[in-house]
Amino acid sequence: MTVSPDLDRRFRDAAVSLDLVDVGFDVVDSPIGALFVAASGRGLAAISFESDPDEQLERLARLAGPRVLRSPRSVDPARRELDEYFEGERHAFDLSLDLRGLPPFTLSVLNELARVPYGQTTTYGALAAKVGRPRAARAVGTVMNRNRIPIVLPCHRVVGSAGDLTGYAGGLDRKLTLLELEGAR
Amino acid sequence: MMEAVAIPPFERFYEQHRSEVLRLLRKRLGAERAEDAFQETFLRALRAYGRLEHGAHLRAWVLTIAQNVALDTLRRARPTEELVETPSTDARPAYAELADLTHGLGPKERAAVVLRYGYDLSYEQIAAALSSSPDAARQAASTGIRRIRRRIAS
Repeated sequence: MTVSPDLDRRFRDAAVSLDLVDVGFDVVDSPIGALFVAASGRGLAAISFESDPDEQLERLARLAGPRVLRSPRSVDPARRELDEYFEGERHAFDLSLDLRGLPPFTLSVLNELARVPYGQTTTYGALAAKVGRPRAARAVGTVMNRNRIPIVLPCHRVVGSAGDLTGYAGGLDRKLTLLELEGAR
Repeated sequence: MMEAVAIPPFERFYEQHRSEVLRLLRKRLGAERAEDAFQETFLRALRAYGRLEHGAHLRAWVLTIAQNVALDTLRRARPTEELVETPSTDARPAYAELADLTHGLGPKERAAVVLRYGYDLSYEQIAAALSSSPDAARQAASTGIRRIRRRIAS
C-alpha cells in the first residue's frame, strides 16, 4: 500500500505545526550540488554536502532527540537564505544556530569564524590567534574540517598562510566556487 | 533480561511501517477515512516517541496504535453500535500467541495485556498506543490479567 505524496506531506506538515519534531531535515538544491539541511527548535543544526540523509539521521538523533523527520517546512527559512546567498543577494545569514554539544574551544573558533566578512579570507593561524591560541592553527583546521554548518559558518573563507585553498570537507572545487561567488577569487 | 534495542530516528521508523499502517487502516475504515486515521496514528506515535525506553517491537506498537485509532474512528461514527474487534492478520504472531488467553477481554485490556506481556513494552509505550495515561495502561493490563486468572480458575 503506497502512501500518496499528498498524504505523506500532510503528515509531515502536521508534525511540524504541532511542534512534535526534534529535528526536521530536507535536501536543498544549490549551484554546488544538493545539500542536506537540518534544523531543530533551536536553529539550523546541519548542512552537509552528502545529500544522502542516512548517515546524518543517527547523528542528529543523538544530538537533539529521536524525532528526526524529513519535513520541507522546517528548513524553509534556511532554504530561503541559502537561495538568496547563492543568487549573490545575501551577504550575511540571519539564522539562529543549534551548536549544542560542541566543546568550548570549537565554539570560540566558530564564533570568530562567523565574523569573517563576506568576500574576504583569513588564515588558520589568524583564527587561532584571535581565540588566544596562536600555535593552534592545526586544531583550528580540524574544527573547520568538522564544521557542522558549512556555508553559513564560512569555513570556505579560511585558507593557508600562502593563500592556498588547503582543504575543504566538501572538496576544493566547492570551496573555490564559493570564494568566486563572493568575489574573493 | 531483554537486550536494549536502539530507537531508530523517527524517519526510519515511519518509512518502515507507513505502508503497513495504511493497509491496516484501509481494511478497517475504507480508503477515505483511512487517511485521517493514518495521520492520527503517526502523530500519536510521534508524541510518545521521545519517551520510548527501547526500540524493540515498534511494529507491534504502531499497529496497536493504528488499531486503536481505527476503533476510535468507528466509535465516533457509530456510537450506539456494539463494537466487535475484528482480528487483524497484520499483528498475527503476538496476538495469535495470546489470543486464547485474551479472548473475551475488552479491546483496551486486551491490547494492554498483549503489549505488556507479549511484547514487554513499558506502560509509557502502552499508554501511547492506547492514547491514555501510563496509570490507565497499568490498570487495563492488571484488570485484564485478573479477568484471565479468574477465568482460568473457574
